[in-house]
Amino acid sequence: MNFDALDLNTVWFLLIGVLFTGYAMLDGFDLGVGALHLFTKTDEERRVMLNAIGPVWDGNEVWLVTGGGALFAAFPNVYATVFSGFYLAFVLLLVALIFRAVAIEFRSKQPMRWWRQMWDIGFSAGSILSSLLIGVAMGNIAWGIPLDERGEFAGTFWSLLHPYSLLLGVTTLALFTMHGAIYALLKTAGPLHDRLRGWVRNGMIFFIVCYAVTTMATLLYVPHMAARVRAHPWLFSLALANLLAIANIPREIHHGRDGRAFLSSCAALVTLMGLFGLEMFPNLVFSNPDPTHSLTIRNAASSAKTLGIMLWIAITGVPLVISYTVCIYWIFRDKVKLDRMSY
Amino acid sequence: MDVLLLSRLQFALTTAFHYLYPPLSIGLGLLLVIMEGLWLKTRQPVYHQMARFWTKVLALTFAIGVATGIVLEFEFGTNWATYSRYVGDVFGSALAAEGIFAFFLESGFLAVLVFGWDRVSRKVHFFSTGMVCLGAHFSAIWIVVANSWMQTPAGFHIVGEGMKARAEITDFWAMVFNPSAMDRLFHTLCGAWQAGAFLVVSVSAWYLLKQRHEDFARASLRVGLLAGMLASLLQLVSGHDSARGVAKNQPAKLAAFEGLYTTTSRAPLMLFGWVDEKEEKIKGGVAIPAMLSFMAHNDVNQPVTGLREFRKEDRPPVNLVFQFYHLMVAAGLGLIALAGLGLFYYWRGCLCEKRWLLWLLVFSVLGPQIANQAGWFAAEVGRQPWIVYGLLRTSAGLSAVVKASQVLTSIILFSVVYLLLFAVFVYLLNDKIQHGPEAADLSPSGKLALPTREAA
Ligand code: HDD
Ligand code: HEM
Ligand code: HEM
Repeated sequence: MNFDALDLNTVWFLLIGVLFTGYAMLDGFDLGVGALHLFTKTDEERRVMLNAIGPVWDGNEVWLVTGGGALFAAFPNVYATVFSGFYLAFVLLLVALIFRAVAIEFRSKQPMRWWRQMWDIGFSAGSILSSLLIGVAMGNIAWGIPLDERGEFAGTFWSLLHPYSLLLGVTTLALFTMHGAIYALLKTAGPLHDRLRGWVRNGMIFFIVCYAVTTMATLLYVPHMAARVRAHPWLFSLALANLLAIANIPREIHHGRDGRAFLSSCAALVTLMGLFGLEMFPNLVFSNPDPTHSLTIRNAASSAKTLGIMLWIAITGVPLVISYTVCIYWIFRDKVKLDRMSY
Repeated sequence: MDVLLLSRLQFALTTAFHYLYPPLSIGLGLLLVIMEGLWLKTRQPVYHQMARFWTKVLALTFAIGVATGIVLEFEFGTNWATYSRYVGDVFGSALAAEGIFAFFLESGFLAVLVFGWDRVSRKVHFFSTGMVCLGAHFSAIWIVVANSWMQTPAGFHIVGEGMKARAEITDFWAMVFNPSAMDRLFHTLCGAWQAGAFLVVSVSAWYLLKQRHEDFARASLRVGLLAGMLASLLQLVSGHDSARGVAKNQPAKLAAFEGLYTTTSRAPLMLFGWVDEKEEKIKGGVAIPAMLSFMAHNDVNQPVTGLREFRKEDRPPVNLVFQFYHLMVAAGLGLIALAGLGLFYYWRGCLCEKRWLLWLLVFSVLGPQIANQAGWFAAEVGRQPWIVYGLLRTSAGLSAVVKASQVLTSIILFSVVYLLLFAVFVYLLNDKIQHGPEAADLSPSGKLALPTREAA
């Protein structure tokens, strides 16, 4: 079989979208649990929170690693421009992700109070900072960044921190926190579970407010995103699906159907990422103020040969990954019970 | 300091630190398969105890390996953006394949390996251990393939001119099986097995010295010494193959390994020495005559290319490469001797009386680590001044928009974080070793305790 009939550039735009969406949906709840971590009071509760994500967070993070690798391979110019352009922001993100990762492993290895508090803070701060920075990066991609005629970033670190990108940072944090709280509901029982219900409610309110503000801001100040929706009215249906998914979350929570609430939350994330991607298409990085310098699926891509090879790699690899990932989630489907092997 | 020097320093720092951990995970992964396999086969409780104990150590090295690995993956884009544009078409696919085929496998099944002891049946658990081991080996495959392509590029052509030039793939399999890839892969894997095996040896020898957990220690020592010996012998073979490959594909590098300036037949093999790069000769060295020609070509009369055949600006830093290379070889030979002695006395049954040897075995854990680091430094510094051998200079691979102050900031930040991580790692590892294996692990629990279907 060969892929001549396919527009490989578009296919890879979609596949990279799928990888990053997978990351947001899966590691999103890990980061959300991290953001909530310091709200729990007793040592046992904190251990329950850690063990709720214990077996899965690392696999979830691999979606980011693979997304990065796929971006490098399929659109090297985007990888190079964005990563070198957002230099300090990415270094901070790396440090945050390092702390998040090792804190999970280290925290419960020693009984001392200061030791546990130190890693609790590392875990929570790492998760919160990661969520914020991911949001800020998305905000900049949506808003557009200044690119020169060679496609290199022409701004500074501080120019990345404008109101719209910061708003997206906070919205992302809110979204992940809500998502994480719902996931934690699924994994806990008893008093912690009951208190988590309250946090889910607050998380939902926090997110819905942010969401409304972001939507308004996007319509008012980011005309190129809104323009695509107007040009392709079918995109409204995706926006509608997104709204319905979000609205369904409080309903399911109210009826105590936590599993369905979690699925709704996942659906909300997927539709949001879908909207984001389709509003960007065919740009990968929008150049603002001079849109002619934008990096698109054409001028930033690898050769058709490489895109074809990579598609083979994806076709063989992804189904395998999904099938055993499902098995592993199934093995660890129960609510958390602490035992000798737990963190 | 300029961006070039700082970026090189940062890459060296972050890769070298990362590379302390993956070899341990790969090596322990393999040993865990052996230990758990032995348990399933013999049903001796001590093997179950061993598998449990070393799983905990694996979880620790794994966590730091993962945390430091992400830095490397992003670093190509942040610090070497021009390089990334140049090689993305070729190099990127190997990196993406690593994510899909290796990291998912490893991190997914690690959950079952670590947390699943009481949840899944023996067979499922053993299968998971196998998958973790396989995943770890896969990640070595893809990353070494990618790195080897930078040493000996193949299966590509260059399109575009000047700033727009870049490598595009023409033959995927030629890229994967580039001339140095398989030699180097085998060599790196042997190094990783050695790292895992000698860690096990070291801890067991220490228990024997302190007369603690002696049954556990003896069983672990046996497995560790045998694996260590085997890997060390294979390493000699694969090192020789690598060196012959370097002689053929990267003659400037081989000349730097041996400090050879003039092309000669009957070229000598240096045992040690100090290269004076100004006067272009070796001081205080001891050599085996004609051995290098023989090693490189199986024929003493074949000439070996010397550094003078290369323009000064195309030569790597000679003395540094020479010293790193010889350090690695010395460590490799030392490990063979040590494992041999250990096995000899173990087999004679009097190892426990030889306290000096036990102490040497305790410190043997450093051998593979030193050799692994020195080997990478020799290989990478020896490639200089090229980032992609013969195609792209390291100085041309930098990010155009990143400033020295930013790189310096990130170096400081990473150094502080890594120092902290290293201290915590040593502290926790020591704590685990002091704590020792759990007596409770002598009797399996949960589903593992259930009789298997055949037995029932
Ligand atoms: C436990 C680790 C270890 C040990 C004992 C040795 N090596 Fe090694 N060596 C490595 C770990 C390593 C490495 C880290 O895996 C390197 C660095 C890059 C690579 O591909 O392998 C390497 C590179 C490397 C290279 C350069 C390959 C290249 O640049 O492409 C050569 C020629 C050798 N080794 C030869 C030897 C010889 C003759 C040894 C004698 C016993 C030896 N090594 C022991
Ligand atoms: C896989 C792709 C790799 C790439 C693109 C790469 C690239 C580089 C670059 C750009 C440098 C700095 C310039 C220089 O070589 O001096 C470097 C140096 C170095 N790399 Fe690699 N490297 C790779 C793999 C590795 C790995 C896996 C290790 C193992 C730890 C490693 C170890 C080193 C060391 C120790 C140096 C220091 C040498 C120096 O700074 O002169 N490299 N490499
Ligand atoms: C410059 C080169 C390298 C890059 C970019 C890199 C990248 C990474 C990344 C992103 C991870 C984290 C994956 C996760 O989240 O699960 C990782 C972990 C790992 N890497 Fe590296 N890596 C490099 C060099 C190497 C080398 C040379 C080896 C082995 C020979 C290796 C073996 C591993 C293994 C086994 C892990 C799993 C964690 C562990 O076992 O410690 N890596 N690497």
